[in-house]
Amino acid sequence: MYDLKKLAKLVQQLEDQLITCMRCGMCQSVCPVFAETGRESDVARGKLALLDALIKELFTEPGGVNERLNHCLLCGSCAANCPSGVKVLDIFIKARVILTGYMGLSPAKRLIFRGILSQPRFFDRLLELGASFQKAFIKSADQFLGTSCARLSFPLANRHFKALAPVPFHNLVDAIDSAGKSGIKVGFFTGCVIDKIFPEVGQAVVRSLNHHGTGIFLPQDQGCCGIPALSSGDSAAFSRLVRHNLEIFSAQKLDYLVTACATCTSTIKKLWPMMAPDFSEEEQAQIQAIAEKTMDISQFLIDVAGVDKVSVTPGNEATTITYHDPCHLKKSLGISEQPRKLISANPNCHLKEMAEADRCCGCGGSFNLKHYEISASIGKRKRDNIVATDCSTVATSCPACMLQINDMLSQEGDRIQVRHVIEIYADSL
Amino acid sequence: MIEKTLLSEFQRVLGRENVFHEEADRLSYSYDAAVLDQVLPALALRPLSSEALGQAIRLCNENSLPLTVRGAGTNLSGGTIPNEGGVVILTTALNRIVEINEGDLYAIVQPGVVTAKFAAEVEAKGLFYPPDPGSQAVSTIGGNVAENAGGLRGLRYGVTRDYVMGLEFFDSNGELVKAGARTVKCVTGYNLGGLLVGSEGTLGVFNRIILKLIPMPAAKKAMMAIFDDVPKASETVAAIIANRIVPVTLEFMDNFTIRAVEDFSHVGLPTDAAALLLIEVDGHPVQVADDALRVEELCRRMGAMEVRVAETAQERDKVWEARRAALSALSRIRPTTVLEDATVPRSKIPEMIAGIEGIARKFDLKIGTFGHAGDGNLHPTILTDRRNAEEWARVEHAIDSIFEKALELGGTLSGEHGIGTAKSRFLEKEVGRGTIAYSRRIKAALDPKNILNPGKIIGG
Repeated sequence: MYDLKKLAKLVQQLEDQLITCMRCGMCQSVCPVFAETGRESDVARGKLALLDALIKELFTEPGGVNERLNHCLLCGSCAANCPSGVKVLDIFIKARVILTGYMGLSPAKRLIFRGILSQPRFFDRLLELGASFQKAFIKSADQFLGTSCARLSFPLANRHFKALAPVPFHNLVDAIDSAGKSGIKVGFFTGCVIDKIFPEVGQAVVRSLNHHGTGIFLPQDQGCCGIPALSSGDSAAFSRLVRHNLEIFSAQKLDYLVTACATCTSTIKKLWPMMAPDFSEEEQAQIQAIAEKTMDISQFLIDVAGVDKVSVTPGNEATTITYHDPCHLKKSLGISEQPRKLISANPNCHLKEMAEADRCCGCGGSFNLKHYEISASIGKRKRDNIVATDCSTVATSCPACMLQINDMLSQEGDRIQVRHVIEIYADSL
Repeated sequence: MIEKTLLSEFQRVLGRENVFHEEADRLSYSYDAAVLDQVLPALALRPLSSEALGQAIRLCNENSLPLTVRGAGTNLSGGTIPNEGGVVILTTALNRIVEINEGDLYAIVQPGVVTAKFAAEVEAKGLFYPPDPGSQAVSTIGGNVAENAGGLRGLRYGVTRDYVMGLEFFDSNGELVKAGARTVKCVTGYNLGGLLVGSEGTLGVFNRIILKLIPMPAAKKAMMAIFDDVPKASETVAAIIANRIVPVTLEFMDNFTIRAVEDFSHVGLPTDAAALLLIEVDGHPVQVADDALRVEELCRRMGAMEVRVAETAQERDKVWEARRAALSALSRIRPTTVLEDATVPRSKIPEMIAGIEGIARKFDLKIGTFGHAGDGNLHPTILTDRRNAEEWARVEHAIDSIFEKALELGGTLSGEHGIGTAKSRFLEKEVGRGTIAYSRRIKAALDPKNILNPGKIIGG
């Protein structure tokens, strides 16, 4: 059986952060999962109390805590709203690593994270293969949105998902190492979902950067940012991916590292440095340097490339677009103005705000896979808010949100396009 | 542990998915927002209907199981901490606004309705539900009524008690009892509602609550007055009231709190000021303009260094941002935050503030004081680290001294947070032995098996 004393010692590392929660319960007002279930163990205060109880050795077995700790979108709404500034996400991720290290990783996750994801070249080839065979297993769900559903119900249930792109981004666009007129050079960190499902987003990034005379470094064989592994508590696979990416990007002279994925951006900026103590001193310095340079593509275009100097008045024929704030962009990094400015920089677009634009879409990565019913119920609220704006397109800054919103709109047969902000901007070039 | 047969009986009544008995679930209902030790219940129940609620209570009574009702668990006096081996009844699924009656100016709600959501629904109809406790974004109406919660608008609009027209509650047998009515006047039977409001779950379990609504005031105006010493600020409070002006809010902040807020949110507060008053008047636009002018003049006459009147909505937000940030700013300074609410007659505020400063010096503690000066309801906030046993002992002495000071000045132990278990041992000092004996006789008669939130308020 488990040695709970030993576990208590491990969780003790988090005590200084745990103690800052004063149990005021204000997180209940913003937690999307709590809004669905009403259960205390679903809200940050409840989970922090469970971790605290592990330290006090109040448990006879840790499985229940582990299960509840994972019943969370990691959207960070609680942390953004916390009166006493508890670093909830830091605590949850470190706790997942501790509990997974202690209780072990499931065989399926071990295979996926260590056997596939942390071997980028193999992962790429495997999914290229998948893209050519997927037709045998899926059928079209909605042609307008381009979603599919499974021919057999297992394992994707009733989801309307975006299939793997026939040709991934890394095969559509060759490696780039260009010097731009502007004298600024950026690395482009593609991210798995853009590479394999939304390659058109990656192309829009390259077009926009070229338009502004930005030098681009786009290497092949990029790895995943590591968030799927880390959020499952697999710090070994996470470290391997970070090292792989450091090797590719750190040797280059780059002014910035841009991504079009909110989750990749916040992982590199926040979680890489948080986990840095696991790395060598030299690597720590590289992580710090890269984290400081990393930014969302819209932040780069507005704040660095100066797009907001272009003032545009939308024409009469302008399309109505609404914008969804990805949690990992607004709540983690405080970026909400730049994507909106980028949309408005397209003269054919008229931005109309939806209600609760910064409320989580409910995707949460693997949360969606394990708890689809709750995820879909949260997503339905997002869908209703989108539809209420009468828009023809919903834009966002995270491909994971795009997957979820596509599913939600497709389920209801809505005629609303889901696009990345950078695609909207690239249209105007 | 709960017996298997009883567990399946609860599951039959409430549905299997609404009965939580796993270790981790029980643990997550073992605390509230008070700085007290957690207590593990045997079971947590989430009834989906009135019937299920009544039956759950009856089952608890038949089996002599102590029960504690929990809304959002934001209680600051330990009222929602259950008893060892007891049952927690959650109201989170009983969260329906049954009716908002615009003609007769009342609303009927289930106990689990969230205060701020209710206030927003009411406001959408041009009506007003004034009680606004600090936790209103998550707190429930049931919890507000059980604690007789206050808030920032108490001076002009009163507290939760003043808005409860009627109640429907289950007694300890699970029998439904009705009190009050949806009429303005009602003298039918004992005033049971008066007994139940603020009874902290010890006398009954709410099923439905009838609340009074009032028209939304048409205009409001806020201002901030800055003082170089505390007595001037509190004399200003007294002068405003003496001049027959009743502001909707009249809030105070001491120098420690001012500095904490400015460090935290940079809203432009003068960090050398001894005290701030944040004042808002509301009502008819003409009246508001007149009152605001008179309050401004009074502040200047009483010696304010500066008076900043909010001319726009943004400026008004800025005034209240400072107040809203107070607890956050203070709570970030040290790991543990103890928020007290001892209350004194308004005129005794200067003495109370001096007393609190003396206590902070005597026990060598950081105490920030802010609060509802217009109500005499201050929130001395002790910043500490509960893990430090030596310091924590000093904190406990300081809390005792704050209570003693408040009573010495003719005040009360709690303005709005309740007695719960945190202050029950001080109750006799304020109300006397006779009052406690009388209260215990009521409790024993109405709840012979002592299952309704036992140990709260009157101990035992």
